[in-house]
Amino acid sequence: MGNPMKIRASAKDGVTEIKILMSHEMETGQRKDANGTVIPAWFINEITAKLDGKTVMQAQWGPSISKNPYLAFKVKGGKAGDKVSVTWVDNRGDTRTDEAAVT
Amino acid sequence: MVDRVSVGVAAFLAVSAVAATAYAQQKDAAQEGIEAYREALQDGNPAELYEATGEELWKTPAGPKKASLEQCDLGLGPGVVKGAYARLPRHFQDTDRVQDLESRLLTCMEALQGKDPKPYVEAAFTAPPKEEMIALAAYVSGQSKGDPIAVTPKHPKEQAMYDLGKRMFYYQGGPYDFSCATCHGQEGTRIRLQDLPYIPGTKGAAAGWGSWPAYRVSAGQMWSMQWRLNDCFRQQRFPEPVYTSDATIALSMFMAANASGETMKTPGIKR
Repeated sequence: MGNPMKIRASAKDGVTEIKILMSHEMETGQRKDANGTVIPAWFINEITAKLDGKTVMQAQWGPSISKNPYLAFKVKGGKAGDKVSVTWVDNRGDTRTDEAAVT
Repeated sequence: MVDRVSVGVAAFLAVSAVAATAYAQQKDAAQEGIEAYREALQDGNPAELYEATGEELWKTPAGPKKASLEQCDLGLGPGVVKGAYARLPRHFQDTDRVQDLESRLLTCMEALQGKDPKPYVEAAFTAPPKEEMIALAAYVSGQSKGDPIAVTPKHPKEQAMYDLGKRMFYYQGGPYDFSCATCHGQEGTRIRLQDLPYIPGTKGAAAGWGSWPAYRVSAGQMWSMQWRLNDCFRQQRFPEPVYTSDATIALSMFMAANASGETMKTPGIKR
């Protein structure tokens, strides 16, 4: 259970722009700590966005995505008041879902 | 003969003028590229995540007295957060000290929550106690976003702090024979692609003071002003200042007063 995401979504001329800011360490597995021990990889590897219950975007991510990732995309359809729901799953099996309304 | 020489000089001047213009255009193009990159970064500033954490810390009861920080007086009265950061540092009656945001937060944590400030002062900037301070600073500074910076040293202690800050800014020393002014005392300079703000001027001071605390993309870290200043000391190879010591508050006062009238853009985002 990670920290909350920040989700903003706005509909204009039949297109909804969804912006998501996620809170995640996104460790690559390449770094070492002060003692020289490898810091194990820990990153989001699956992300799903739904608009009004319908999956509109799905992605598989790897360790090359930055810490605290920011994702923005546009989808056809959607109107003010629609519910946006975003879920991520990381390689430790941890998951988090947050919701926001389209403005 | 004389005519020919003057024609030659004129031609040379004309050629150098063209070269100078071309150089300026090239520089402008690079500058535009950097600005476009910075603008792209503004969208979805991860500092928002720290603001949310800070707000929670502000409102959640903690410490031996099981109190929140909601009654903390940041200079505009107990509990007023909106616009407070744009008016700091300032002199506080109760402590009879000039305080910046982070030293004031420590005062509130001690007085309201009964916490011992020592672990917060001594912890490394990446350690959990400092993470709390930085999140709180992110939250409070975010509540002054868009406000005009309004710091005018009036109280004798504020004026003394400003003068001390000015002296420190120009004080040259250490193994590199450096001062703050070595990097920030001339207009229009930069290190690699980073513009170096001219701190004695209003615009430059605001570019510095008005954009910290900030999220540093390359490091994936949120930095408070105290951390930023600490790093300036480190870069000059000066002894590192104690967290929230008068040395750091004096420099903050010098920057804030110089930046007065410009807009607060906190929390910022950096490369």
